[in-house]
Amino acid sequence: MAVPAPVLTMSGIGKQFPGVKALDGVDLRLLPGEVHALMGENGAGKSTLIKVLTGVHPADTGTIELGGAPVAFGSPLEAQQAGISTVYQEVNLCTNLSVAENILLGREPRRRGRIDWKRMRARAAELLARLELSLDVSAPLSTYSLAIQQMVAIARAIDVDARVLILDEPTSSLDADEVEQLFRVMRRLKGEGIAILFVSHFLDQVYEISDRMTILRNGRLVGEYPTRELSQVELVAKMIGQELAALERLHGEARVFDRPLVEARGLGRTGAIEPFSMTIHEGEVVGLAGLLGSGRTEIARLLFGADHASTGEIAVRGTATPLRTPRAAMAQKIAFCSENRKADGLIPDLTVRENIILALQATRGWTRPVPREQQDELVSRYIRALKISPPNPEHLVSNLSGGNQQKVLLARWLILEPRLLILDEPTRGIDVGAKTEIQRLVAELSDGGMAVLFISAELEEVLRLSHKVQVLRDRRLVAELPNDAGLTSDVLMETIASGGRADVSVNGGRPS
Amino acid sequence: MTIGRASVPAKYLPVLVTGCLLVAMFVVGGIRYEGFAGGQVILNVFIDNGFLLVVAVGMTFVILTGGIDLSVGSVVALSTMVAASLMEGPGWPPYLVVPLVLAIGSGLGLVMGYIVQAFDIQPFIVTLAGMFLARGLCYTIGTDSIPIDDPTFTAFAQTRIDLFADLWISPSVIIALVVVGVAAYVLHYTRFGRSVYATGGSEQSALLMGLPVGRTKIAVYTVSGFCSALGGVLLSFYMLSGYGQHAVAMELDAIAAVVIGGTLLTGGSGFLFGTVLGVLVLGLIQTILSFEGTLSSWWTKIFIGMLLFVFILLQRLFSRRSGR
Repeated sequence: MAVPAPVLTMSGIGKQFPGVKALDGVDLRLLPGEVHALMGENGAGKSTLIKVLTGVHPADTGTIELGGAPVAFGSPLEAQQAGISTVYQEVNLCTNLSVAENILLGREPRRRGRIDWKRMRARAAELLARLELSLDVSAPLSTYSLAIQQMVAIARAIDVDARVLILDEPTSSLDADEVEQLFRVMRRLKGEGIAILFVSHFLDQVYEISDRMTILRNGRLVGEYPTRELSQVELVAKMIGQELAALERLHGEARVFDRPLVEARGLGRTGAIEPFSMTIHEGEVVGLAGLLGSGRTEIARLLFGADHASTGEIAVRGTATPLRTPRAAMAQKIAFCSENRKADGLIPDLTVRENIILALQATRGWTRPVPREQQDELVSRYIRALKISPPNPEHLVSNLSGGNQQKVLLARWLILEPRLLILDEPTRGIDVGAKTEIQRLVAELSDGGMAVLFISAELEEVLRLSHKVQVLRDRRLVAELPNDAGLTSDVLMETIASGGRADVSVNGGRPS
Repeated sequence: MTIGRASVPAKYLPVLVTGCLLVAMFVVGGIRYEGFAGGQVILNVFIDNGFLLVVAVGMTFVILTGGIDLSVGSVVALSTMVAASLMEGPGWPPYLVVPLVLAIGSGLGLVMGYIVQAFDIQPFIVTLAGMFLARGLCYTIGTDSIPIDDPTFTAFAQTRIDLFADLWISPSVIIALVVVGVAAYVLHYTRFGRSVYATGGSEQSALLMGLPVGRTKIAVYTVSGFCSALGGVLLSFYMLSGYGQHAVAMELDAIAAVVIGGTLLTGGSGFLFGTVLGVLVLGLIQTILSFEGTLSSWWTKIFIGMLLFVFILLQRLFSRRSGR
């Protein structure tokens, strides 16, 4: 098979941000009619490369050729007009406008300068039909799910005669059926000769859909490979630049937990979670498994005092302690790392140091500032311990990659030396390397005596870390499973699906 | 919720609520006071608030993008002052003065919009500066009220346009309604109008969708400046004078009218028709109080305050529901 001429060639791309060399001599070739995966850890430069390509950031060095002619885009609009369309990680649409407008905004059909709403709706419906979707195109976008919004974004992207379609993490909010639908659409577009640049953290998906891949690491090019010639293990090794340690269970021998730290006794909140009892011992990692919306976050919020319980009580070290506010929980040395680091956690315009010190300062009260020397010392210790990159405490948090932002958030709570650390989806949307580091850290902390409540949608991860797993289903705690040899992700999945494993006592908590 | 979903889309609900409120006020007024129920009462609201309506139209554009324009009252005052002084002092004819005034207002808006956009400064503070500047400029022209007695100007101002029966309106009302019509058309049927909504919905998204966000933001402040200047001209018709103390705190009335009309202060949601209703509600409160006779005019402020509270709470409820 003769290799067709690339539709897009980027060569020697370099980009410098204050304090970080984001890209250094990166090449990328896209062939017409292929799905090309762009792989790399968080902070490897994938997003920056895409932003350079689409004209959000100008490149410092290097050239971009589209269809053989050199181009330089000053804005996403110019890139779009040249045939490079992008669907970003977070759906960048205006949810206050109608579906039709979101697809056609900026190129609405007009008659004598006046927007022709009728033709606009017809055109939008036609484009959605191409994606096998039928929606009420005059309804506001906010009435549809995130998955549908993603499809709308793709419909928008392919309306212009796109030669290159960039999909940046399009599947992170989709369920399996929706991913399948998206892949059908991608194959169809590929058949029409469009080059698709696909970014995803899900390796299985990459292997299912992509033809070739380009791998980046630390802003540099690792190489370009046909997908079928590179095994998943090789790919991961190339992405993180070292042989991946075997993904063994992180806790070695079984341990005995006999010192209860936090107990929930018949704790519940109407409409959020049915009354449940659970005991978290010192040094124990308790995993919470369940589908999205099964009540995982609700439990965490109750234990942290962020929501009020309508029934039951919480006991800390055996004595009943009302936790009415997060402040009260913090006084009992309970820390909560929320799942939404952007909305609830970090302040992007403050530096790494300021973000880390925030919670410590809050517990001391504003009249007693943490001395600068102590700040510097604490912060540099945690930057080292968590391998935050770049290791510069005065760097703005907004310039950090997702994985590193998560580490900063973790550092903020660790600095308080909590006895119970609640982690809600600490590894979502971050790359393999940072993920294993955070997992290892959790294991170390629990070995040091800290109790951890670990919430994750990834069953493998829950299994690897937890001493026992609490299974949630439909806002009810349905089973407590000791993490023994008999517990596999299949068993766990079955428990979630069926609502309880018959041969396991629900009142367990025994060491295995 | 069920009613909202069954009959009217949620986006029309705030406007509908304001509309119902207006009707209710009119009915109550009609029952309580003799001579209230006639059509002239509504027309008088338009006649007495035509300038506010025009100013509120400009404010609607700004608020729809998620911005705010505090300078409008001062620009109105400056416009009356420039118009009066040029007609009285050098004796310029109105057909020269009015375009000049409109150009000054638009220019001020353009400059403020440019500063907001180019330096990425909060509109609150930029237009606050514009407010002080314009108000101050009034007093460099003169500290006293300047009467206008240009014959063409006063003749136009005092024209009564008779409708059927005994009803009449002033030319200002026609001008205000034309402004409303043009603005509604622009917002609904032009790319600029849709960019205004998109920018207010999510500026970042609008930018990544390739919309001219910068130009849109500058344009809405220019529109607001133009509307303020036109509002100033209409106020000169109404007052037949120019004075630095005219239209004090009118920006707040305009904002109140826009919010009561159902437009979200965060931008991206609202209708011009709502703003018209908002202005009518404010005007009707004053009318009712004047019919009541015994209450001091400060009760207007109290009612507006209470209404604002109610509407802001309503908005919060709606946005929570639609967020689900």
